[in-house]
Amino acid sequence: MTTADLLGKILQVVMGLAVLAAVVGLLIFFIDKAPKKGRDYWQLALFLLPAMLFIAIGLVYPAIRTSFLAFQNNAGEWTLDNFVWMFTQPAAIRTLINTILWVALAPIISTVIGLAYAVFIDKSRGEKYYKVILFMPIAISFVGAGVIWGFVYDYNGVGDQIGVLNALVVAFGGDPVQWLQTDPINTILLIVIMIWIQTGFAMVLLSAAIKGVPTEQIEAAQLDGTNAWQRFRNVTVPGIRGALVVVFTTISIATLKVFDIVRTMTAGNFNTSVVANEMYTQAFRASEIGRGSALALILFVFVLPIVIYNVNVLRKQREIR
Amino acid sequence: MSSVAPADLPIDKELADGEAAELAEREPGTKAARVKQRLTSRTATIASLVIAVVWTIPTFGLLISSFRPAELIRTTGWWTIFQNPGFTLENYATVLFSTSSSSPQLGSYIVNSIAITLLGTLITLVFAAMAAYAFAWIKFKWVNWLFIFVFALQIIPLQMSLVPLLQIFSTWLRPMQAWLHDIVPIIPEQNYLPLWLAHAMFGLPLAIFLLHNFISDIPADVIEAAKVDGATHGQIFFRIVLPLATPALASFAIFQFIWVWNDLLVALIFSGGTQDVAPITQRLAELVGTRGQDWQLLTAAAFVSIVIPLIVFFSLQRYFVRGLLAGATKG
Repeated sequence: MTTADLLGKILQVVMGLAVLAAVVGLLIFFIDKAPKKGRDYWQLALFLLPAMLFIAIGLVYPAIRTSFLAFQNNAGEWTLDNFVWMFTQPAAIRTLINTILWVALAPIISTVIGLAYAVFIDKSRGEKYYKVILFMPIAISFVGAGVIWGFVYDYNGVGDQIGVLNALVVAFGGDPVQWLQTDPINTILLIVIMIWIQTGFAMVLLSAAIKGVPTEQIEAAQLDGTNAWQRFRNVTVPGIRGALVVVFTTISIATLKVFDIVRTMTAGNFNTSVVANEMYTQAFRASEIGRGSALALILFVFVLPIVIYNVNVLRKQREIR
Repeated sequence: MSSVAPADLPIDKELADGEAAELAEREPGTKAARVKQRLTSRTATIASLVIAVVWTIPTFGLLISSFRPAELIRTTGWWTIFQNPGFTLENYATVLFSTSSSSPQLGSYIVNSIAITLLGTLITLVFAAMAAYAFAWIKFKWVNWLFIFVFALQIIPLQMSLVPLLQIFSTWLRPMQAWLHDIVPIIPEQNYLPLWLAHAMFGLPLAIFLLHNFISDIPADVIEAAKVDGATHGQIFFRIVLPLATPALASFAIFQFIWVWNDLLVALIFSGGTQDVAPITQRLAELVGTRGQDWQLLTAAAFVSIVIPLIVFFSLQRYFVRGLLAGATKG
């Protein structure tokens, strides 16, 4: 990086800030000088203008266009080939199966470990530090997590193993394994990374929810002679049901869209690809826009029921209150 | 809607809670009950310790290794550091300052990440705050429908936008970038603009929703009083709403900061991958592909890339957790 490069970058940021300030300043100027007739409408429109413009260009139009592209081939003719490909080609089917495997494992395991941990450390000494330890991976990028775990999964052809996992295998008398190249264990090991990241998120949310369960209920159950498990099962869990649903569905959606982990670790090779990664590969590496769009559409279809369920639960809860 | 507003995590209350729990334990009870409680809590303590250790080991190993000489990393496990001692800062010097074309040269990518994150967060925040204010305090019936529509947009996966947005950018934005390069030659033709815009576009629905929840909770009296005093909407927005909404703005800013900093997908598609624009995550992913076995470089580079979000995370954890709790309900 030369000095000129750095200057260019700083100049870009300064110009960006200046343009942003100018746009906001101009908008506010016109908002305050809006004509008397229909004044509220003008003001409303100007306040909303930049955000709505961005959303229309960045989300609404592209989503509609992608839905159409999914039903076209590269020549622009209408066809169902993209979906036929997705549900008949072994590689594409494997992608779908892997995605289902991810969604079946990552959310449940993250939520269960997060919940157990939140319960275990609740009101214990040093709870704050316990929390930080589990929560820290949230701030780490998927790519960074990929490197961290790639080192754990490392395989050394000759000499001592430097990856923790293979070192453990060797210590127990086994032969080292090329983890990331071995199907199907490689997909499971990639899912472990997701669990490592998401458990902290589950733990923090559930911990906050557990603290919201009224102590009177716990004490009443205690007086009734219940043991710790019964109290957890019959008082705590129903008390945090809403939070559980939110955590579970949020992680499910994040898992469905998982891209960075697979891209960084295996680039989808060795039968580890998932829908989001395959979408990128097809649309931006293989120039198969139609297939990529079809995969994006499938992702949307997968996400939809989870969101609807989530919204329904939240609405019902609000009605109960 | 209020139940989705940024929740307050009882971080400060924890100490008090802990003391209360200790007091409760000291209360007389039957001997059997006490023993039972201690037993379960001992198992719980061990279990949580095990989880905590397992969760820390990978990051810890990375950190240790990044300070070990390349030869030692290649031949011995990092857990044997006491048998095979060795300490060096060379790995960091190489990834950060070496100018040879084969080295990672992370310096310029860090600058890129900072530049992308700064404006990617700020644009989202400013435009979202304006929209949120309008949605909350300028009342029309159809506006509510528009708001619900914006909220619903959060369910569209990023992947749905990528192909068409890239086409839009190369048709409309590319000529502008070339023109800017002609006028100011030190600004490269590939600049940050597409990334800033893309991150703002993708971040806006959630940002508007979260800020709206907070801004609509501002007491109506305050706004009305300002109106009676003759304040315009612009003045109310800048002098009253923004200062009052600072906690929510901070929460979302940190949330968006971490999101943009850690992003790979948007960068891969809109950055072009050159040193002029690409963020550090993209460079790191590239290194994994090309230098997969050079752990002395990868460990140091990975740590460099995660250290800034970690600093933000540790220093502003309180706000970050709030943002996360609020963002969790996005669906």
